[in-house]
Amino acid sequence: MPAGVEADFRSPFSGGGGLVLGRKNVISAFYAGLFYIASILLVVGVGYKVFRYARTPAPLKIPVSPAPRTRTGVVFRMVREVVLFESLFKSNKWIWVFGYLFHFGMLVVLLRHLRYFTQPVWWWVEIVQPFGIYAGFAMLAGLGGLLLRRIVQERIRYISSPSDYLMLILLIGIAGTGMLMKYVEHTDIVQVKAYFIGLLNFQILEIPSSPILLIHVGSVALLMIIFPVSKLMHAPGLFFAPSRTQVDNAREFRHEVKWARNLPPLPEDIEQKKEG
Amino acid sequence: MVALDINTGKSPKFVGDPHAVPKIECGAMADVKSFAAHPEHNEDLGFPGELLDNWQEVAIAKIGELAKKNRAFQVYLDTCVKCGACTDKCHYFLGTGDPKNMPVARQDLLRSVYRRYFTFAGKYFPWLVGARDLTKEVLDEWYTYYHQCSQCRRCSVACPYGIDTAEISMAAREVLDSVGVGQKYCNEIIAKLKKTGNNLGLNPKALQATLEDLEEDLEDETGIPVKLPLDVKGADILLITPSADFFAEPHIDGLLGYAKVFHAAGVSWTISSYASEAANFGMFIGSYENMREVSWRIRQAAKDLGVKRIVFGECGHAWRVGYSFLNTLAGPFDFLDQNYPIPQHIMEFTADAIDEGILKIDKSKNDEYVMTYHDSCNVARGSAMGREEGGQFDLPRKVLKAVCNNYYDMEQDTIREKTFCCGGGGGLLTDDLMDLRIKGAKPRMTALQQVSEDHGVTHMAAICAICKTQFSKVMPKYGYQMDSILSVHQLVANAVILDGEDNEDDTASDADNTSMEEK
Ligand code: HEM
Ligand code: SF4
Ligand code: SF4
Ligand code: SF4
Repeated sequence: MPAGVEADFRSPFSGGGGLVLGRKNVISAFYAGLFYIASILLVVGVGYKVFRYARTPAPLKIPVSPAPRTRTGVVFRMVREVVLFESLFKSNKWIWVFGYLFHFGMLVVLLRHLRYFTQPVWWWVEIVQPFGIYAGFAMLAGLGGLLLRRIVQERIRYISSPSDYLMLILLIGIAGTGMLMKYVEHTDIVQVKAYFIGLLNFQILEIPSSPILLIHVGSVALLMIIFPVSKLMHAPGLFFAPSRTQVDNAREFRHEVKWARNLPPLPEDIEQKKEG
Repeated sequence: MVALDINTGKSPKFVGDPHAVPKIECGAMADVKSFAAHPEHNEDLGFPGELLDNWQEVAIAKIGELAKKNRAFQVYLDTCVKCGACTDKCHYFLGTGDPKNMPVARQDLLRSVYRRYFTFAGKYFPWLVGARDLTKEVLDEWYTYYHQCSQCRRCSVACPYGIDTAEISMAAREVLDSVGVGQKYCNEIIAKLKKTGNNLGLNPKALQATLEDLEEDLEDETGIPVKLPLDVKGADILLITPSADFFAEPHIDGLLGYAKVFHAAGVSWTISSYASEAANFGMFIGSYENMREVSWRIRQAAKDLGVKRIVFGECGHAWRVGYSFLNTLAGPFDFLDQNYPIPQHIMEFTADAIDEGILKIDKSKNDEYVMTYHDSCNVARGSAMGREEGGQFDLPRKVLKAVCNNYYDMEQDTIREKTFCCGGGGGLLTDDLMDLRIKGAKPRMTALQQVSEDHGVTHMAAICAICKTQFSKVMPKYGYQMDSILSVHQLVANAVILDGEDNEDDTASDADNTSMEEK
């Protein structure tokens, strides 16, 4: 039993129940398996993709204006891109507003969720708690705005595939069920926490069988699974876009990659070339 | 005040919004195709002459190869979230309304195929992520729409991840070339350059004669023997300039400007007949090998002539290759003088000369013009100048303001890094694409019309050979004379007074001068 979790939570696999698995136990085990698989796929999938991005050379210097001339400048540029969505702000205010509400709402909500995974809860996670409530609304509002835009704005509808709508619907589903549990259909939070802390310690406790909770966490697992094979890779991908991450110093420092170095050499002087 | 203006009917008229988004019109530009390359020219560039029998296999393999060799290609294809921020940023979409000219839609033409063959989602759930098989129709569509992109990178500035459609369109053209589907304009020109050293196929004798003619003109005008040296061994500076500077208007006047500046600065310089071309169309077709080969000639010429410095003339994409790629492609330039940037832009040279007070300038010589400046995309978004960030925007304006009294910028969102392309860049400056070129120039032209209306701007200056040619062709369609586009160094040439210059010849402007001085 992890420290701090009250002793009266029963593990379905320890003690009296033995081999007879009830419906609840099957559900608990299923979700446990789902989360283990989802976590592995997320970490391995994203890790593999990031490894591939990092390994792939960028043969030429292609920073796009306004391009910083120093490494420090690039770090600041990227911080502004990640924290402020600077380029998006300059290029489209509506998408920026909705995108910003959604992402930073989601960030705060995620931080708030850390309380289900830490015992004792970290102090700063405690501080985040009250904001989390507004953040949930912000996230939903942002997602709603993005979905609406995707449907009503002709240009964006033109470039959308089914997966683009489904992704938003999935996220709205996650946020929506979360809010439902908060305001309408309360769940046994203490037991949920025990379940996830149990998973972190490789123990399968009992998950509350509220359908809303099961949809909520099931959708999160699905999101984790599709993350590495979907456009959600934009989050790590951003840090590998040469147009934004390269330093504008091509004249000062020679940029060269391996495959280019291995190209057949060209003649140094003109005469040789004419003969060849 | 404003009310008064309105009453007197003198308030500036609104001529149109350069950013106005058209109604989507599917297939509007589907029939606008540039001519296919002659098989011979494809082969000159190391590509198959005609469409291969197993083209599908080869094309897919090529996409896989590019994803391995080019991080930008792989990351950009993966990370687009279809947010739509770029959809209204392309001048070709704004000008044509064809949705496949929206940057993300243009990327998707290739992304859909990449997904089908290289990603989990596309292999198993193609309908979900819009993945599709590579068919002949798809290949044709690539040819059409990747030759409706001037690789200007305006969309990249707008994208939250910097996704650069230019990279995708270069890659697509390379895939097309690799299966034997080349474009006439680009491939013919590269083939010509490999034979003669310039895009025009101008041989050294003809070049020599042209330069001599220009020297005569200069001497007639100034009374001073200003030289345009060719193949002078041991000169300090090798000038690499687009071959259009040798014959086209207003390019030539820019070349005369460089010559005057070099003369006034008292440096020795030369043009090379072997590398008599700054343009590098290898970039347009996305071929690293061809771009390297073309760039390499500059290295060879510099070594052969024993120069100490390399200076580039006014050319947009050439400067991108010069500034951003040359060191990579043909470096290291350890045999040149390390006290100067390698290579240096003529604008940097002139700006320094102005700072140092080397140039004697009479601004009033340009009083007949009310100027604005077109930031050429490849200079604006693909390179830089000077020591400060943003020098590529500030230096040309600084030089212009130093030689002209009347200067006004166009609307903020249409200049500097947000500049609109002229509509003819990226290997599209060919008559078979004239319809596209005229429509693609619309946003730029609308911004120009507005500044003409507001400030009485009469002329626009640019530092790109392609921009200049394109504008002189399309400006008449928008109510301007074809000579409303000027070279920046043409204005420099007008204003610079050389030591010992015989000003008496020029009676009209001379009268102006004296009267100005008397005041
Ligand atoms: C480094 C972290 C991240 C950054 C900088 C970032 C940035 C962005 C930006 C700028 C956009 C485009 C604007 C918009 O549509 O909102 C976007 C879209 C999106 N992001 Fe993120 N993001 C990050 C992490 C995430 C994560 C972790 C998720 C998933 C749970 C996510 C899900 C989405 C989705 C679904 C969209 C598309 C919205 C639509 O369909 O319009 N993002 N992101
Ligand atoms: S690079 Fe320029 S021409 Fe090409 S899609 Fe982007 S904005 Fe349009
Ligand atoms: S702005 Fe970037 S992420 Fe958004 S649709 Fe365009 S290319 Fe994709
Ligand atoms: S021709 Fe000029 S405006 Fe057009 S893409 Fe090239 S640099 Fe840009």
